Amino acid sequence: MTSSLTRPDLDQIRAWLEEVPDPEVPAVSVMDLGIVRDVQWSGDELVVAITPTYSGCPATGVIALDIEAALRARGLDRLRVERRLSPPWTTDWISEAGRRKLEAYGIAPPAESAGGPSVFDRLLRKPLTISCPRCKSESTSRISEFGSTPCKAQYRCDSCLEPFDYFKCI
Amino acid sequence: MSGQDALFEYLLRLGDNTLILGHRLSEWCGHSPALEEDLALSNVALDLIGQTQLWLNLAGEIEGKGRDADKLAYLRDARDFRNLLLVEQPNGDFAATMARQFYFDAWHYLLLRELTGAKDGRIAEIAAKGLKEVTYHLERSRDWVLRLGDGTEESHRRMQAAVDDLWMYTGEMFESDEVDEAMMRDCIGPDLSSLREPWLGLMRATADEATLTLPQPGWAQRGGKRGMHSEHLGYILADLQFLQRAYPNATW
Repeated sequence: MTSSLTRPDLDQIRAWLEEVPDPEVPAVSVMDLGIVRDVQWSGDELVVAITPTYSGCPATGVIALDIEAALRARGLDRLRVERRLSPPWTTDWISEAGRRKLEAYGIAPPAESAGGPSVFDRLLRKPLTISCPRCKSESTSRISEFGSTPCKAQYRCDSCLEPFDYFKCI
Repeated sequence: MSGQDALFEYLLRLGDNTLILGHRLSEWCGHSPALEEDLALSNVALDLIGQTQLWLNLAGEIEGKGRDADKLAYLRDARDFRNLLLVEQPNGDFAATMARQFYFDAWHYLLLRELTGAKDGRIAEIAAKGLKEVTYHLERSRDWVLRLGDGTEESHRRMQAAVDDLWMYTGEMFESDEVDEAMMRDCIGPDLSSLREPWLGLMRATADEATLTLPQPGWAQRGGKRGMHSEHLGYILADLQFLQRAYPNATW
């Protein structure tokens, strides 16, 4: 039982959540990705609000469980993980550290702000330059707009010839 | 029809469109022409099924009879489904799948964009979430219409046939009935006929670039929104609902 005297402060809890990896991209944490939207005490119950990256992302359920397990292991036994839809998740919430970790892991981070051009404009413009996370070459080609998870697209580097994932803007 | 009943019907239409199209796309899993396409089709299906859960759970909440998304998806018969005829049409060849997708994605995008301004915040937030995903669906299906239309003689012939064959199912998307009118009164949904011009604009521009000929507006097949379906829906449900019908209340 956590009493208000012993309950850990929110910065401590956020630091613990920094250690909870994303189940599909374990190089980054659920905090790096901006999936954790809020951490609050409600009386002596801790409420963690998370948001799905994509509506059908199967990782969302696993993330809720992982967060709960990680916090329970720290002795928090009164907690609730809430799902929050609005505002919808955007790749703009991926932290700077998260972007660096993605690139080091071999996934090119999102190349522009998600609040960019509307779809009708996007359809008509030249494709974005996506740099190879391995050799940094800007000469790359898109293989498919959809990759191994809903949040990624598949690219190939035309310099080092390695295929790689690109974390697409949403 | 009360505002509550109309809202329930409207949410079923939104959720059934994404459910049935998501199921259709999942039929390609393991059969696509290339691995990347297999992944892409499954990803789009996953987005649509995710949106289905959001829409149908909300529908169940509005109805207030204890039905959730699973109960609504697995335990209704064809006559109670409210999806457009377009989305239940068979996959056909890859061109038919992509033409169906392009027709739907463009309309879906325009509709969700309107719904992000719905007075009911629960609807606006699901629409805002879905809109981001549908933007990618639309880019991709349009890309395929271009590639196949302006591709080889064979791919052009197939895409032109697909565009022609599915055209008669698009009229239903822009016809408002008493449910849509109730949503307009409650500042939730748009006048569907207002989506027709922007939709046609994108269709014309794409057809030109793809060297395709867009069919003339003509007779439209309709009925899905009121539960009058083509024979295909029954077969989809036989597959989709088998487990819950054979083993009621099974969970895993």
